[in-house]
Amino acid sequence: MAGGLPHLKIGSAVNRSSRPGHLRTEPGPVKWILIGIAFLYLGILLILPLVCILTNAFNKGIQMYWQAISEPDALSAIRLTLLTALMAVPLNMIFGIAASWAIAKFDFRGKNFLLTLIDVPLSVSPVISGLIFVLIFGAQGALGPWLIKHGIKIIFAPPAIILTTIFVTFPMVARELIPIMKAQGNDEEEAAITLGASGFKMFMLVTLPNIKWGLLYGVILCNARAMGEFGAVSVVSGHIRGLTNTLPLHIEILYNDYRFTAAFAVASLLAFLAIVTLIAKSLVESGIDREIQLTQKDNGEKSG
Amino acid sequence: MSIEIKNVTKYFGNFRAIDDISLKVETGELVALLGPSGSGKTTLLRIIAGLETADCGSILFSGEDAREKKTKDRNVGFVFQHYALFRHMTVYDNIAFGLRVKPAKIRPSEEKIRTKVRELLKLIQLEWVEKRYPWQLSGGQRQRVALARALAVEPKVLLLDEPFGSLDAQVRKELRQWLRRFHDDLNITSLFVTHDQEEALEVANRIVVMNKGKIEQVGTPDQVYHNPVNSFVLNFLGNVNLFHLRVEDGKVYMGNKEIQLPGVEQHNIKAAKLYIRPHQFEVKRLSSGTSSLKAVVKFVNPAGATVKLDLKTESGDSIQAEISQEEFTALKLQKNDQVYVNPKEITFYDFDI
Repeated sequence: MAGGLPHLKIGSAVNRSSRPGHLRTEPGPVKWILIGIAFLYLGILLILPLVCILTNAFNKGIQMYWQAISEPDALSAIRLTLLTALMAVPLNMIFGIAASWAIAKFDFRGKNFLLTLIDVPLSVSPVISGLIFVLIFGAQGALGPWLIKHGIKIIFAPPAIILTTIFVTFPMVARELIPIMKAQGNDEEEAAITLGASGFKMFMLVTLPNIKWGLLYGVILCNARAMGEFGAVSVVSGHIRGLTNTLPLHIEILYNDYRFTAAFAVASLLAFLAIVTLIAKSLVESGIDREIQLTQKDNGEKSG
Repeated sequence: MSIEIKNVTKYFGNFRAIDDISLKVETGELVALLGPSGSGKTTLLRIIAGLETADCGSILFSGEDAREKKTKDRNVGFVFQHYALFRHMTVYDNIAFGLRVKPAKIRPSEEKIRTKVRELLKLIQLEWVEKRYPWQLSGGQRQRVALARALAVEPKVLLLDEPFGSLDAQVRKELRQWLRRFHDDLNITSLFVTHDQEEALEVANRIVVMNKGKIEQVGTPDQVYHNPVNSFVLNFLGNVNLFHLRVEDGKVYMGNKEIQLPGVEQHNIKAAKLYIRPHQFEVKRLSSGTSSLKAVVKFVNPAGATVKLDLKTESGDSIQAEISQEEFTALKLQKNDQVYVNPKEITFYDFDI
């Protein structure tokens, strides 16, 4: 069921709680070699770049760092990035809940097609995602002439960046919620209805509390991707300084201008966001583990 | 509140789950919907609750068409097979749910809700679990909480879907008795779904036997057990032995042996099926006439109020028989003993004309 979602860890959650020490059959040295390799690998691929970013960001002193992240272009990039996330995340949250509700709780024609559609942004290259919007809204695109006539600017302007980001991040919440909702089934919602709850009260009092951790997890992933997206946004942005640059695009421009310290300083902001995301993610994951264990306990009793 | 079901049909895709069913349940009755899985009994219950909509036909609550009413306005209490307790709420909050979601105008105060919840907890004898979560309770406790939750809104009709289905035998027996008393005290109309004939016979005032989306028979436990209208009902309500008979020139044969079967001559038939319940056999050491069947004891189970015997006749048919402990002691039966079996009475004939 959750085959496509390794981070849900349904299997490992069970292993962890039921058989904590079952790997101790390996001889000591093998264990330490394996752990060593894992840490070395992660160290080279993850920790080293992070350290690199931070040392480079600060190598000309804290003043340069501050200057780099407070210059008007950088501030405008931060503003646009925040605005994009602020638009994309709530919209995708609503879409994600609606889609996963439809998929998990109803049977209808075209359900598998919808499931496949949800995965499209994850399976196509971000550049193509960006190009789709250029093809629709660009001057030569399908809606281009009409938009120009009415003086609406979408491509090479913030609206295109927001739209593209929404497109790229829309699977995040839905993919988290579908397996959770499927596992929980319809029973509690039906019970709420027979007890006289309206659809809205049922959702607020029963459905939402049952999926809150999964939803939060999806929102965190969605937010991280929305703020960090480069490829798709790059295609539609037009790279107008101070106007259509998000943080990742701004970093690229600084880098191409050989302003390495400034580039790394701004990059450290994104890195900081990533670390916060990771911490939030691990906190939320323990909540999800609990949610899943409760479901399993519940289901276990059912079959027992 | 009485419930009247009129010509209700329900399809799932091409599968006809309910096939033109009509049924009337009077106020205060405790009715069992009994049938094998896939017989449509749960679907019928869900249609009454409004959780499914019938493709055609109507449901009347006290003579009033219920199709216009949404589930939440039908005032039915529904107890789900797997309890469906709200997992993130305490027992207290679960029971209070129905009262708290009432529209502000008619919602009772928290104080009144507390009184009501405590009262219900006392009724289900679980005052001490108030602050626990559903997963901290045993199956039987959850079932009782689910019942209390359904009763909190004082429904006129109580619908229970396999209420004891996932409980162990001991708890199930207790809860059956309890439900029976409970129903009588509350003076409520109740319908429950079960596939367990013993449960239906023990608890219900009236049993509706269902099969393949149709009603086979409606009657009191006594009626459906002793006067089944067809072989399905007979088979479903307790063990039964089936014999295939041939009729030639007015004589009745079981295998190659001629047996006496009074009344058969009147029917111009070629074959018949004969159904006899295990306790309707008499087992003897000596033959007592032509209707006796010679058989060998294959297995003896003396545990319980009666002794169960597996017998094998000359013609190779297996017979299940039940005799009293006294008879068993008097006969001194052992495995591989030879005995003679006489039907004391015959439950049911099924003629092929």
